[in-house]
Amino acid sequence: MAEEQKQNPETLSRRKFLRNTGFTVGGLAVGGVLGSLIPRNNDKQQKAPPLAAENFNQALMYFTPEQFQLTEAATERIFPEDESGPGAKALGVAFFIDHQLAGDWGFNAREYMQAPFFKGEKVQGYQGRLRRRDIFDIGLRELQNHSMAVHKKKFTELKEEEQDAILSDFEQDKVNLTTISPSGFFLLLRSATLEGAYSDPLYGGNKNMDGWKMRNYPGSQMAYTDVIEKDFKKINPQSLKNHLNH
Amino acid sequence: MARKLPKVDVVIVGVGWAGGIIASELTKKGLKVVGLERGKERKTEDYFMVHDELRYALRYGLMQDLSKETITFRGNERIRALPMRQYGSFLLGDGLGGSGVHWNGQTFRFLPYDFEIYSKTVERYGKNKIPAGMTIQDWGITYDELEPYYDKFEKLTGISGEENPLAGKRSDKYPTPPMKKSPPLKMFEEAAKKLKLHPYMMPSANLSESYKNPDGVSRSACQYCGYCERFGCEYGAKADPVVTVIPVANKTGNFEIRTHSNVRRILKKGDKVTGVLYTDVTTGEEIEQPADIVVMTSYVFNNIRLLLMSDVGKAYDPQSGKGVIGKNYAYQVIKGNAVGFFDDKEFNTFAGAGSLGMVLDDYNGDNFDHSKVNFIHGGMVSLSQTGMRPIQNNPVPGGKPTWGKEFKQKSVKYANRFLSVGAQGSSMPFQHHYLDLDPTYKDAYGDPLIRITFDFEDQDRNLAKFLASKCADVLKEMGANHIDTMKELGPYDITTYQSTHNTGGVIMGDDPATSAVNNYLQMWDYDNLFVVGATAFPHNSGYNPTDTVGALAYRAAEGILKYKDKGGQVV
Repeated sequence: MAEEQKQNPETLSRRKFLRNTGFTVGGLAVGGVLGSLIPRNNDKQQKAPPLAAENFNQALMYFTPEQFQLTEAATERIFPEDESGPGAKALGVAFFIDHQLAGDWGFNAREYMQAPFFKGEKVQGYQGRLRRRDIFDIGLRELQNHSMAVHKKKFTELKEEEQDAILSDFEQDKVNLTTISPSGFFLLLRSATLEGAYSDPLYGGNKNMDGWKMRNYPGSQMAYTDVIEKDFKKINPQSLKNHLNH
Repeated sequence: MARKLPKVDVVIVGVGWAGGIIASELTKKGLKVVGLERGKERKTEDYFMVHDELRYALRYGLMQDLSKETITFRGNERIRALPMRQYGSFLLGDGLGGSGVHWNGQTFRFLPYDFEIYSKTVERYGKNKIPAGMTIQDWGITYDELEPYYDKFEKLTGISGEENPLAGKRSDKYPTPPMKKSPPLKMFEEAAKKLKLHPYMMPSANLSESYKNPDGVSRSACQYCGYCERFGCEYGAKADPVVTVIPVANKTGNFEIRTHSNVRRILKKGDKVTGVLYTDVTTGEEIEQPADIVVMTSYVFNNIRLLLMSDVGKAYDPQSGKGVIGKNYAYQVIKGNAVGFFDDKEFNTFAGAGSLGMVLDDYNGDNFDHSKVNFIHGGMVSLSQTGMRPIQNNPVPGGKPTWGKEFKQKSVKYANRFLSVGAQGSSMPFQHHYLDLDPTYKDAYGDPLIRITFDFEDQDRNLAKFLASKCADVLKEMGANHIDTMKELGPYDITTYQSTHNTGGVIMGDDPATSAVNNYLQMWDYDNLFVVGATAFPHNSGYNPTDTVGALAYRAAEGILKYKDKGGQVV
């Protein structure tokens, strides 16, 4: 048994996972969704132990490496790692934003982008001609420029408090830009950060569902009929991938 | 030159709740009906991966593609209307089932006061209670006359609920018992009772138990998964047209749905309409569908836009107050609410259902004396537990900070420790709130967008403040450690979500000079044209509109059959 575990470390970690997460009842794993989590050691057809899973999703579709690093640093200040759990960086938020900018959202594909363009009242909403990917290109460049202007250092080289002050200047429109609204860019960055922290992991953020675990959100469960009338109950999260397995 | 198809009995434009009800009622009586739907086909299996907040709630997976068509908006006639380029204030449904797919299922009857609002307000408070410019009018129908149709819609959908002590009389009880009562609902109930108010379980189209409706359609019970609003139901537990009326119409063999068919004009000759012109959006082909009867059943904006583009009915003129198409656009005053934070309690608020809630109507309609307040009507106050999904729900006490270390700590700490008590304020019509065609902006086919001219008035500001303070009172009694209450309503802002309860524009009444349709939703000017939906509301009440839309659709179906039988105006 011990040897088997040595040969196949994944077995151990899965067993441990099942035990730690309370998925076992009296030593027996519960069936259904949970049953499929248990590797079939006895399966004669099992080949060599699987390699450590590589996350092929963590590559860039849109950003340059510099844009990626800037986004990672800025979003980490918006949603920093602390005692409650991981921050934007560890959750993969910058990958999430990169992937989103590469698709419909980055192109404002399902939004009305027809001319003529006029500056409107605030209550009339966004009236610019730039698309989100253009706004990120400009916003990230200006973040770097502002950092250089104030500190003569790149944003990623600043101390945390200095980074916060740079971001605050954007939030409060204290940066003079003619192309985009600094606060508009900041709000976009902030909302994308929360999306990356808490959306289903299928989009590249909320790595390992750690965003959900941090706030005791159970993710995608089929039913809550058993808990709806009761006091708070912690439930181990599931992602959409769980549905596809069945 | 458009390709002309053979004539049918009835063509309906848009297949959501209104279109589905009309189709099922008419096809059951043997009429041949064609339903033109500009979106795509929908079925329950589509929602296999529906628990996806990003895709559906943030990226609006079920909503109309704004790149093809949107609305324009301005606060008043002095400024330039600009397009709603991104979603915010309301969400336009799309595809088979329309907004009936992504609703929460909160199914309220309007109050007897609503239908006779002008007469009853004047009777109790005098004419001076109605401020200058407010254009409330009686509906041309009473609650008692509409009651049987409410009953029909509630039995169709299987509404789960209990008697509301402050509402109009019911001819029958709700078809299914109320939803399960969660701890936050119990807290709200106890607090409200201590305050001598009258709480009751929210009437819900998410079924409390499995139910077979009078059409023979069975649906299973709600699982409280917390994904209703902005989502479709993978269980078919939430009543929507796709799992209720549409299959019933299909089964008759008399209903033909054509999806991807975007209606662009209503055709007319003399005092009759003759059919519609539509574009097959998959090929670009223009097609004419002649019909004996045309029924407009698309969402509010498109019903009105098609009438105006087709020059059907007299367009409303906000200067003179004359004309009817586009008149009395109203909305909902929904920002008057309060959020309570609880340091020592944690709730299962990740779970929920679109209409899991507890409501009180002590401040709705004319259920309280308005002599000493500077507004009329009111709104329902409720605590609803619809499922607190994590991207969109990150409040912190005091609303600040919105980012950084302290924001993260507090938003994580309070993720399951806050409860909102909200009010659904009614919305009164005003002479200068209306809909017309935008002079500048066009849709993907080159047709003008609809233009909204609308802002909040003193009526709305006073009402919102009043309701917010009542919400806070309940939360205080519930023992919240910190309460954030709306301070000022501010101007109407199209960028923040409020509700998809847009109403008016083709309103009902008993006088052709002040209304567009009679109380069967038949147009005064064209006997064979019926315009069905929330377009018919002369004002919007302090409740969700769908029950009233459903009831009016049943009444319109009856009117269409009467017209088919006898012709002429059916009133």
